[in-house]
Amino acid sequence: MAEFRMPLLGADMTAGRLVTWYKQPGDTVQRGDIIAEVDTDKGAIDVEVFTSGVLEKILVQPGEKVPVGTPLAVIREAAPAEQAAPQPAAPSPAPLAATAPAGPERDVRMRQAIAAAVTRSKREIPHFYLATTIDLQHATTWLGEQNATRPVSDRFLIGVLFLKAVALALRDVPELNARWEGGRVARSEAIHIGVATFLRDGGLIAPALHDADGQSLADLMRSFRDLVNRTRAGELRSSELSDPTITVTSLGDRGVEAVFGVIYPPQVAIVGFGRVVERPWSVNGQLVTRPVVTATLSADHRVTDGHRGALFLAAVDALLQEPGRL
Amino acid sequence: MTPQEIESAVLRILGTIAPEADLTRLKPDVPFRDQLDIDSIDLLNFFIAVDKELHVEIPETDYPKVATLKGCVQYVASALAVRA
Repeated sequence: MAEFRMPLLGADMTAGRLVTWYKQPGDTVQRGDIIAEVDTDKGAIDVEVFTSGVLEKILVQPGEKVPVGTPLAVIREAAPAEQAAPQPAAPSPAPLAATAPAGPERDVRMRQAIAAAVTRSKREIPHFYLATTIDLQHATTWLGEQNATRPVSDRFLIGVLFLKAVALALRDVPELNARWEGGRVARSEAIHIGVATFLRDGGLIAPALHDADGQSLADLMRSFRDLVNRTRAGELRSSELSDPTITVTSLGDRGVEAVFGVIYPPQVAIVGFGRVVERPWSVNGQLVTRPVVTATLSADHRVTDGHRGALFLAAVDALLQEPGRL
Repeated sequence: MTPQEIESAVLRILGTIAPEADLTRLKPDVPFRDQLDIDSIDLLNFFIAVDKELHVEIPETDYPKVATLKGCVQYVASALAVRA
């Protein structure tokens, strides 16, 4: 038997309210299935199950608010052979549902959650900050050529080049892709980039773009657009909130040239990109104009130092000089 | 489609992209980006919706021409007229 528990969806979440069960006792569940909706400070979140088997018993009813870690349901685990051969789930009756709070109440709670996270970050994490200006001539030219041949729904944004460059540069400086837990750093093999996304009615969420380093640029663009759209529609999954390993924030659309972010604990770094601007630039002693962007790194000095951070930003720069290889 | 019908369709699409905005106060000559709190993903969603609903695919090089409500309506009207 396995217990399906109230997940931790952000460093400062203490409790959540069960809104809906999508599965009923007797239903088959597969690892990765969304089986419940939970209301948190970040809004209503679809929660995935990490065990395959049969939902044996529901322990918490819609409307109940319980602390993180509280068992919500019991799952009878499938034998290994059953896990390998998924069985179709029986049709479920209409889900039992409570209504998630929206509007001002949620806004106040989200602001409180952000306040708690950034206060903890600034109290506990000794940040250091680096910045570099990156020539985007090759990247913007390549992007224009690509987008001229792609249907509008498959076009790239410059932001997806930034995300992929960050993901690949982390392979060179892996200590930035990590969590600080229990007084020590735990590196992550997987690269799940938290994408800082503003919400229309106020607030900020940075859900994970999973395995960003392994996705082709076209796949990453689709995942990126889907993630931002679902974030704004309130359709996130629990794993997207619980497992980012680093965050990228881009404020270029708001016109600023540089952003020095506050690290989301327990992560150890946040990378920022500003607006792409035309600036004078020296090429082989000649003054020309070039599109450039300011890339920044805020990192945890307990985990790494300025030398390694500089290597990371240099790797991002080098990758953006060869956009066709991203 | 008449220009009025195109304008209504463009405003309806904008309403889905930025539901919090008061589109009755949208100035037709001022870029959307200077009046609405929208980012590059929103704009991409807008161009995808224009393609899907009005059947006009706007090349990236023409984005400056469709940055305002007026420009967008004129662009779509011209594209539909050429096709007719």
